[in-house]
Formats: sequence, C-alpha cells, structure tokens
Amino acid sequence: MTAAAPLRSANTTRRKVVNVVMLTLTGLCTLVAAGTLVFILGYLFIHGGSSLTLDFFTKLPTPVGEAGGGMANAILGSAKLLLIAMLVGVPLGFMGGVYLSEFGGSAFSFFVRYTTDLLNGVPSIVIGIFAYTVIVLPQKHFSTLAGGLALGVMMIPIAIRSSEEFLRAVPISLREGSMALGASKARSILTVVIPAAKHGILTGIMLNLARVAGETAPLLFTSFGNRYWSPGWDQPTAALPVMIFNYAISPYEDWHRQAWSAGFVLLALVLTVNIVARIIISKRTSPR
Amino acid sequence: MTTPVAHSATNPRRPSGRARTFWTRLKTGDEVAFLITLACAASVLLVTGLLVFELYQNSALPRHKFGWSFLTTDVWDPVAEEFGALPFIYGTLVTSALALVIGIPLGVGAAIFLAELAPARISAGLTFLIELLAAVPSVIYGLLGIFILVPALRSAEPTLRAVLGWMPIFQGPFYGVSLLSAGVVLSVMILPFIISISREVILAVPNDQREAALALGATRWETTWDIVLPYAKNGITGSIFLALARALGETMAVTMVIGNDPKIVGSLFAPGYTIAAVIANEFTEATGDMYSGALIELGLVLFGLTIIINAVARILVSGGRLKGAP
Repeated sequence: MTAAAPLRSANTTRRKVVNVVMLTLTGLCTLVAAGTLVFILGYLFIHGGSSLTLDFFTKLPTPVGEAGGGMANAILGSAKLLLIAMLVGVPLGFMGGVYLSEFGGSAFSFFVRYTTDLLNGVPSIVIGIFAYTVIVLPQKHFSTLAGGLALGVMMIPIAIRSSEEFLRAVPISLREGSMALGASKARSILTVVIPAAKHGILTGIMLNLARVAGETAPLLFTSFGNRYWSPGWDQPTAALPVMIFNYAISPYEDWHRQAWSAGFVLLALVLTVNIVARIIISKRTSPR
Repeated sequence: MTTPVAHSATNPRRPSGRARTFWTRLKTGDEVAFLITLACAASVLLVTGLLVFELYQNSALPRHKFGWSFLTTDVWDPVAEEFGALPFIYGTLVTSALALVIGIPLGVGAAIFLAELAPARISAGLTFLIELLAAVPSVIYGLLGIFILVPALRSAEPTLRAVLGWMPIFQGPFYGVSLLSAGVVLSVMILPFIISISREVILAVPNDQREAALALGATRWETTWDIVLPYAKNGITGSIFLALARALGETMAVTMVIGNDPKIVGSLFAPGYTIAAVIANEFTEATGDMYSGALIELGLVLFGLTIIINAVARILVSGGRLKGAP
C-alpha cells in the first residue's frame, strides 16, 4: 500500500489531467457547433439584410448584366410550388398518419412505416428525377406542377410520421370515453382524437413546409426557372432557392448581392417557422 | 368496463364491437374511415414503388449498353456517349468520408458535453440552437461555401500545406473549389444529426451505470469513455450512418463548392464531382436518351447507396434502444 502510493498518485494526476483536458475538448466541440450557427445567422443577417431593398419584393429580375431588379416572380413561384406541395403531401401524409395511429398494428403498418422511413431518406435530387420522369417527360416541358409534385412527395413521409406521433400522444382514455358514449370509431377519431392533436399536427405541417421551402435540387429540372412571371401552372416558374443558386454561381457582382438578399429572406422565413413551431410544441408537451 | 352486457344495456340496438357486421361498421363510417386512411397509407408504398420503377425503366438504355462496367469505368464523355460513374462515386465517397472524419469527433464530443456535463437548461438551449443548423436550407450552405469558406481555405492554403503537406492527399495545385471544401461544408451540415441523436442515446444510458463507475473511483471522463459510450455505441453508430446517408445525397452545397470536374486525382486539394452534383448540373442539358439515361442511372446508384446506409442506420438506432432497455 505504502509502496504503491507514489505510483498511484502519479497515475491519479495523469488521470485527472486527462479528465480535465477531454472534458474541455467536448465543451469546445459544442462551442464550434453552436458558434457555426451563430456565425451563419450573423453573416446572413448583416450581409444579406443590408443589401435587401424594397425592389427585391416588388420587381422582376433585370436582363443579364443590368443592375437592380428584384425577385418578385420567384417569391410568388415559391408560394405556388408550396401550395401544390401542400395539396399533395398533407392529405396523403395526414390520413396515412391517422391509419398508422388509429387502425395500425398489423404487419402492413410496420411495412408502411419502414417504407416511409426509406422514402424520407431518399436524396431530394432523386425525387426530382422521379417528378421529371412522371410529369416533365410525358409533357415534354418543365412545369410548376412537376416542381410542386416533387416537393409534395418529399412532404409525405414527414407528414405521416409527425401526424402519427401527435395522434398517438392523445391519451387512450379520450378514445374510450368517446366510444363509451356510443360514438363510432370513425366519429370519435374525427371529433375527439384529431381535435386533441390539432395543434401538434398543424405545427408539424408548418415545419414540413419550412423544410421543403428551402429545397433546390428537386426543382432544377422540374419547375426549372423563369426570368418573368410564370404564365400558368403547367409552365416553368422561378423559385427562391433556385434563384439563389443561379445568382450565386453567376459572375455578376450585383447578382451576388441579390443572392445574399434572397438567402436572408429564405433563412429568416425558415428559421422563424422553426422557432415558433418548437415553442408551440414544447409548451404543449411540457406539462405532461 | 365495457362489457358487452353493459354496452347493450345502454344501447340495445347497437351490437357489441366484435359482433358488428361489415355492413353496420360501414354505416357508422368506421369502414369508410379505415379504407380511406388505408389508401393514403398505401400511397407511400405506391410512390416508393413507382419511384424505383421509373428510375429503373428510364435508365434501361445505358444499363444494357454498359452493364456493370458503368460503375467501374472513369470516362464521362457525353459527346462520344461513353459513360462511366467511377469519378462521381469516388467524389461522393471521398467527400462523405471527409465529412465524417471532421464531423464524428466534433459531433460526438458536443453530444457528450450536452448530455453529460452541461446543466439541463443550458443543454436544451444549445441543442435547440444546434438543431436549427439542420433547418438551414442546403443552398444557403452553398452560398456561404462559395463566398466565405472557399476564399478562407484559399488564404489558409500555406498553413494547410505546412502542417499536412507531407501527406499525398494534401498535395497538388489548390484553387479553393475542391473535395476539401465540399467535405468541410458537408461536415457542418451533418453535425446536427450526429449531435441530436447521439445526445439522446447518451441521455438514455441508465444512471446507475455512471454511479457504479464513479463509486469505483473512475473520473468523470473515464466514466463517459469506458462505460457510457460503449453502452450507447449502437445508437451513436446509427446516428453516424444517418448522417452519412445525408452527406451522400446532399446536392446543392456540394455542387457549389466542389469544382465539378469528373477526374480522379487522389488529392483533397483537387476539384471533384459527386453523383448528386452531376445530376444537378447536367440533367437539363442532357441531350439524347443515352445521356439522360446515364444520369438517371446515376440517380439509381445514389438511391441504392442511401437506401442501404439508411436501413443499417435504422437497425442500429432502434436495435440499440431495444438492447439498451434492461
């Protein structure tokens, strides 16, 4: 014991130093990760926010090489794309979620869940190819519809899983109470379970929309892009993320400035939705 | 509680749940609700099936012409209609691997800090911030990559060469746009996935494991490294696979900083090309069925890659939870 004492204390010192060093390193890792976000936010808000003008929201892009102009058509285009995406993704995803939560439990629903996860993991560019082969190829031209479909398909898996999750969180006693009063299963789902999960499901849809709003890859060869107002739903349209991409890789200084503005607008939109949604969710779930 | 007797006593005309016929259930709407929601759930299978079918069908031309050699040849010549996917597979794997090399230590380190050291409130706040990183659209990462990361790496080039230049992968000319910049951008993009899942898995490790180790005289770090991490190993590996699947399929940010050059040079300083990037850049310009077919076949390859990686990740994450429960 006495002979081992000095050895042990040297060893202990080493262990203590390792302890402090490694724990500090983990703190540094956290700092780097959180710092990156702060940097991204700060840079975009300062750089993008300062170059933002009113023209950005109200004017069309100017011809190549001419300064000024805005992205009004791209903002409207993005809104149209999101509307189609919502019409495709939300009903399918929500009802699918109802099935998994209220009627599921069989091998079939396991299979559906598994496929949903796989579809969720499919790279967005591959979804773009899918929309291209299904709509653009037969029609022989790019269209808003194809872009909206691509985004809608991307919404389905997340809509299913988030609806299922929020419906499952509704206490089973509510369902039993409703059915004990003589309501059919369909009626109790419609008038008791879904209203109870309403806020969660709506928040999930908002988050889902925010996610696909920033998607660029599936739009490149579906809705393509347009320097003017899109003439119709089956015609190509500009979209905010695609504009950012095209302007960022262009050689023009003024286009770079506008890319930053567009990036700022897109990021502000996406992050606001995310923050608000998370606050709503945490408020609803914390008292449990 | 809901015995058939009590049920029929309060409502004698309605037969009890089990005895209801298909017809009565249809009338009350149960069967209708079931069938409609079933159809919507089945739409996922339909869409996924159709997706695979379309990718397979539309890539028939190059598949028949090149066969498996599509994956192993490195010539990409649209004019001569010679297509080989090797440079893109190489670029995809190298950038993703680099992203993991940077992202794993950072991500797992941060997850350890957030789960083991930080007070609950601070941990929740920081995790929220980090998870917001996952919400930043990929094209914005590309924007920052082009205008900030690439110039920064260019000015850091002498330092990089001095420190790492003895390795062959850090040699050759450097223009800024490179496999290296793509890997760095990807590493930031996958961080939130590694951190938030790993943190959850580490938090799920039972406390008596830690207490036992601490009681035996282990330091905080030894407890974490020797007891907690092995316990959470499967979940953390799962999070890494999920992150890898993200990195493989990431398109815009990579396209904007990788340089888009289908060559295999063997240096991280060299520009490269990934599967997703070549589809994004060349799809609208692809003239002829062979060219667009080759790009769609690349999509099929990417699809296969991510499906496999995702499946492994799911098994690891859920399996880890099952085994983690005592």
